[in-house]
Amino acid sequence: MEKRVVFRSSWLPYALVAPQIAITVIFFFWPAFQAIYYSFLLQDAFGNSTQFVWFQNFKDLFRDEAYRSSFEVTAVFSVLVTFVGLAVALALAVAADKVVKGALAYKTLLIWPYAVASAVAGVLFAFLFAPSVGIVSFALRAMGVDWNWVLRGDQAMLLVVVATVWKQISYNFLFFLAGLQSIPKSLIEAAAIDGASPVRRFWTIVFPLLSPTTFFLLVVNIVHAFFDTFGVIDATTQGGPAGATQILVYKVYYDGVKAADLGSSSAQSVVLMAIVIALTVVQFRYIERKVQY
Amino acid sequence: MVENRPVLRFLRHAVLIAGVACVAFPLWVTFVASTLTLEQILSVPMPLVPGDQFWNNYSQVLFAGSTRGAQAPVGQMMANSLVMALSIAIGKIAISLISAFAIVYFRFPFRMFFFWMIFITLMLPVEVRIIPTFKVVADLGILNSYTGLTLPLIASATATFLFRQFFMTIPDELAEAARIDGAGPMRFFRDVVLPLSRTSMAALFVIQFIYGWNQYLWPLLITTDESMYTVVIGIKRMIVGGDALTEWNLVMATAMLALLPPALVVVLMQKWFVKGLVETEK
Repeated sequence: MEKRVVFRSSWLPYALVAPQIAITVIFFFWPAFQAIYYSFLLQDAFGNSTQFVWFQNFKDLFRDEAYRSSFEVTAVFSVLVTFVGLAVALALAVAADKVVKGALAYKTLLIWPYAVASAVAGVLFAFLFAPSVGIVSFALRAMGVDWNWVLRGDQAMLLVVVATVWKQISYNFLFFLAGLQSIPKSLIEAAAIDGASPVRRFWTIVFPLLSPTTFFLLVVNIVHAFFDTFGVIDATTQGGPAGATQILVYKVYYDGVKAADLGSSSAQSVVLMAIVIALTVVQFRYIERKVQY
Repeated sequence: MVENRPVLRFLRHAVLIAGVACVAFPLWVTFVASTLTLEQILSVPMPLVPGDQFWNNYSQVLFAGSTRGAQAPVGQMMANSLVMALSIAIGKIAISLISAFAIVYFRFPFRMFFFWMIFITLMLPVEVRIIPTFKVVADLGILNSYTGLTLPLIASATATFLFRQFFMTIPDELAEAARIDGAGPMRFFRDVVLPLSRTSMAALFVIQFIYGWNQYLWPLLITTDESMYTVVIGIKRMIVGGDALTEWNLVMATAMLALLPPALVVVLMQKWFVKGLVETEK
């Protein structure tokens, strides 16, 4: 798509794109390039000497048990966040779709968590589930659950998943609701006249027609779980106990900032870059299809 | 309404009310905890009705800060968050607006090259280039400054796309008429494009304000000086490890203060918020 009417100037367009391009180059391209460069270097423990080691950092990385388990943790985490988050949001959106009375009130009360920072959501849930003082922990103990996420890995994972899903529900809900409202009423009415029950109508008409929205949300939620959940992890478990919630992004941060292992952290950055690029390509190819749809 | 089934209607409201309750419960507990004394919270289980320490807790965090962990007053942190959120929102809108204008309304060498450069930033979130970006900012000497907090986050592929899409829908006749009347590109930009873009700008502002206010990793990396902490960082630094050591009443008051401004923006500007959310994902 191109404009037919354009203006002419030899310098103005460059001046207009200059601020954006300058920031892009200085804070995006240059650091990304350096991350790739560092990923081929090995630094000694004191940072005095560096040598060029080609792919040694990557080889070490994939041989590292901790890194492989971080991959697994990330996979489990993003699958749980995505599926639980989408299922809950879909149930709420289906319920809200046909509600007439109080629709705006429900909507408002369901979307505000979008505004809460990941880290703040983490702090709220860390407090609710705090082993000794948390009110939910108290209830769980009363029900006979041995609750202590500070010591138990599976419970720590549960905690970060719950906090992330809580924050993400509003986003999924809004998109599902918009998707539901764009389904033609005539289709549903026709099915109802043919005697299909509401459940049957949902699975044979509504759910298939909703699939573009579902697929879009699937990708967005995976990206969110991969990259935007640093705050939740850092505010609650900090990757623990024993790496049970150490997702890839947290490990890059930990190895680079806390452990100051430049080569390994950069190699991890490069791996993550490859993952984002893959996910972005999937997202955009799909969106192109949606436009034609 | 296809058919009237009272059971189904009851079920729908039940699901929604359960959802609203689950979503609101953490907020209620946070609010209650922010009005109690630390002793009340530590005597498990804490009460679920507000106490009488509202003014004490809030005035202490706002003006004096907590006594353990980060000790800067939260009022200062909120001011930092506000500066950061506003600069990022306004900065992103401003530079994206002019670069999209250049890309749509001019033909010049490297036009598509610049467009792709902006596009690729989508694939390079801060999370994947933590250390090198930190180094660049350190070399520029802008650690612990508002410039360092905001400038690296101002580039925006999504905002540029949004404006580009929008400019494409502006009828060519407007540009033609402006040219016939002898208006230059900047005059056209100011008198035609800017007024037409107002709704997109408002929608984008809501989304980017929330984005800026809620930044975590970046300020965590580059602020070491307590007076430059944003409120989201401040909360984290108030938790000092060990359930009983943390002043939960003050942490929860700070959490309320941290989530209230963006939540108000979402609730009060709901129309713009939904528009912004849907449009930035196109």
